[in-house]
Amino acid sequence: MSILRIRAIAKKELIQIWRDPLSLAMAFMMPVMLLFLFGYAITLDVNDLKTVVYDLDKSSLSRELVREFTESGYFTVVDYIHDNMDINRYLDSGRARVAISIPEKFSEDIRTGRNPTLQVIVDGSDSNTATIALGYISAITDAYSRRMKAGNAAPLIEPRIRVWYNPELKSRNFIIPGLIAVIMAVIAALLSSLTISREWERGTMEQLISTPVKTPELITGKLLPYFFIGFIDVAMSVLLAVFLFDVPLRGSVFLLMALSGIFLFGGLSLGILISIVAKSQLVSSQISMIVTFLPAFLLSGFMYSISNMPKPLQVMTHLIPARYFVAIIKGIFMKGSGLKLLAVETLLLSLFGILVFMIANMKFKKRIV
Amino acid sequence: MFERIKQMVIKEFIQIFRDKRMKAIVFVTPIMQLLIFGYAATTDVNNITTAVYDLDKSYESRELVRRLEASGYFKIKYNPESPNEMRYLMDKGLVITAIQINRGFSSDLKRGIRTDVQIIVDGTDSNTATVAMDYAGRVVLKYAGEVDRRIGLNHAVIDLRARAWYNPDLRSRNYNVPGVIAIVIMLTCLLLTSMAVVREREIGTMEQLMVTPLRPIELMLGKTIPFAAIGFFDVLLVTVTGVFWFDVPIKGAFYLMPLGTAIYLLSVLGIGLFISTISKTQQQAMMATFLFYIPAVLLSGFMFPIENMPLIIQYGTYINPLRYFLVIIRGIFLKGNGLDILWPQMTALLILGTTVITLSALRFKKRLG
Repeated sequence: MSILRIRAIAKKELIQIWRDPLSLAMAFMMPVMLLFLFGYAITLDVNDLKTVVYDLDKSSLSRELVREFTESGYFTVVDYIHDNMDINRYLDSGRARVAISIPEKFSEDIRTGRNPTLQVIVDGSDSNTATIALGYISAITDAYSRRMKAGNAAPLIEPRIRVWYNPELKSRNFIIPGLIAVIMAVIAALLSSLTISREWERGTMEQLISTPVKTPELITGKLLPYFFIGFIDVAMSVLLAVFLFDVPLRGSVFLLMALSGIFLFGGLSLGILISIVAKSQLVSSQISMIVTFLPAFLLSGFMYSISNMPKPLQVMTHLIPARYFVAIIKGIFMKGSGLKLLAVETLLLSLFGILVFMIANMKFKKRIV
Repeated sequence: MFERIKQMVIKEFIQIFRDKRMKAIVFVTPIMQLLIFGYAATTDVNNITTAVYDLDKSYESRELVRRLEASGYFKIKYNPESPNEMRYLMDKGLVITAIQINRGFSSDLKRGIRTDVQIIVDGTDSNTATVAMDYAGRVVLKYAGEVDRRIGLNHAVIDLRARAWYNPDLRSRNYNVPGVIAIVIMLTCLLLTSMAVVREREIGTMEQLMVTPLRPIELMLGKTIPFAAIGFFDVLLVTVTGVFWFDVPIKGAFYLMPLGTAIYLLSVLGIGLFISTISKTQQQAMMATFLFYIPAVLLSGFMFPIENMPLIIQYGTYINPLRYFLVIIRGIFLKGNGLDILWPQMTALLILGTTVITLSALRFKKRLG
C-alpha cells in the first residue's frame, strides 16, 4: 500500500465531490432535515385525540366524566352528538377517533349503587394510537369510579410506576439518538454506493485501470473523503441533538465519536461493495436502498423494538450492523453506558467492517470485461 | 405521434430490462419491502421481557406474578436477588420492565393495610414503555379489585365497555400493509423515473434522442408511460401479496384501488420528472429523490399521526400526495369507505397531480429546448 497513491485517489475523489456542490449540499442537508422532522414535526406521543360525546344522561355527573377526559389532555371533544348514527359518520370519515357514549340513567345508577355501562369506541385502524388511547380511557374511568364510591378512594394495592432513563417518556429522546445511526446508513448508501459504478458507467474506470493504483489503495482512497463527510454529519447531528433538542447525552462524547467511526467504516465499505457488484448506478441505488436504508430504518430497533418482531426476523437483525450501532448510541445517550457494557456490539461492528472491506477488495477486478 | 410514443416506450422497456437484475429489482424489491415492513414494523407490544424481584415470596406475591405472566404481555425471564442485579439487567437492556414486591406484601394485604408494588419501566422506547406501564397497572389494579372484594370492600362501579372499530384485534399489520403499498410504489416510481431521464443525459444518449423527430411532449410521455405501467403492476403485485400473505382484509370496493392508484401515480410521476429536470447526474437524482421521499413519508400519517404535528406543518402536509392516498387506501382496506366518503381526497389528489405533472412537463420542455 502506498500512502501517496491513496492520497492521490482521495484527492481526485474530493475534487469530483467538490465539482458537484448540489450533491454535497444534499449530503449535509439530509441529516439536518431528518433531525428537524423528528425533533419538531413528528411524534408517537398520543394527545388531543378528537373525541365525540354522545351523552344521553346530560347530568352533572356525566358532564364531570367528560371533563375528566378533556382535562387529562389526551382527549379533545370536537362535538356533542344527539344521534347514534353520528358516531359512524364521525369515525368513518376520520373526523373523530374516539366516541364516548354515556347511557340514560347514568347518574341515577351511580347514586343508587347499580353499575352503569359506559361505552367507548375507538378507531382501531391506527392500532398504536388505539392501544394507548384504550389505556388512558380505562385509567380515567377507573379513577372516576373510585371517586364516586366515597370513603374508599384508593385500591388496596397501588401500582407505583417509575420510568427510568427517559422519565418524561418523550419519544424524541429515544428517536433522535437512533436517528443518527439511520442518517449514517443513508449517507453511506447515497454517497459511496454510486462511486465505483459511476466510473464504470462513464468509462473513466478504464483510465483508473491503466494507472499503477492497486485495489486496496483505490478502495481506501475512495472511502476517505466520504468518511470525512460522514464524520462531519455525525458531529453535526450530535451537536444539534444535544443543544437544539435537549436530548440528554449521559455518556462519553469521545466514545460516541470513536464508535461512530467504526460504524461509518463498515457502512461505507458496504456501499462500495454494492457499487463494485452492481456496475450500473440505477442498480446500485436500488440495491443499496434494500441492503442499507430499509434495514437501518426498520430492523435496527431504531423505532420498532426488535423484541416485538417474529423470531426468524429477530435472528436476521443480528446480521444488520445498524442494529448494534443503534444499541450503542442509545446506550451512550440515554443510559450513559461505557465501553464495558457495549463491548460485544463494538467487537461485532469492527468485525463487520473489516469483513466487508476485505470482500470488496476481493470482488473488485481491475480489468476490462 | 402515437406511433412515435409507442416506439419510445418500446425502447424504454428494452433498456430497463436489458439488465437482468432490473427485472428482479422492479418486481422482487416491492415484495421484499412489503414483507420486511409487514413483519418488522409492528408497534404491537407483547413479550415484554420482565424481571421480578420478589422479596416477599408469599402465595399472594406469586399469584400477582402469575397474573402478569398470564396476561400474555409479560415474559418473566429473570428473578434477580438484589437491587444491584435488577439495575444491571435494566442497564444492559436485558429487561424492559422490573417488578419489585416488597417484604410484608402479603401480611399487609391480609390485615387490610394499603401496600404497593414497584413497577420500573425502561423509558428508552417511550412507545413500548407507555403500553407496558398501562398493561402492568391494569393487571395490578385488577388483582387489587379482587382482593378488595375478598375482604369485603366495594370495587369499581362503572362497567367500561371499550371497543375498537375497523381493526378490532388492534393488529398493527392491518394498518401498516396498506400504507406500505403506497410508500413502496412512490419510491420505486420516483427513483426509476428521475434516474432514467438523467441517465440519458449523463451517458450522452439524450442528444441522439433530440435529433430524432420526437417532440418534447412525446419524449416525456415515452419516458413516463413505462414507469406508470410498472407502478401499476407493482401495486397489483403488492396488494395481492398483502392480502393473501398477511391476511389483511379489504372491506371496500376493489375497483376504487386502480382508480385511486391512477390519480396517485399522476403526482408521483410528475415529481419524478421534476427531479429529473433539476438533476445533472444520477447521484443528484437519487439524493434529490430521497430528500423529497423521506419527509413525504414522515409527514404523511404513515407512521406518525398528522394530528400530533405542529399546526404549520399540518398545513404543509396538504401538498403531500401520499397524505391523500393513505387515507384512500386505508379507507378502502380497513373501513370499507366508498366514493361518498373518499371524494374529497380523490379530488385533492387529482388537482395536485394535474398541477404537478403540468408544471413538470413545462419545465421538461424548456430544458430540452
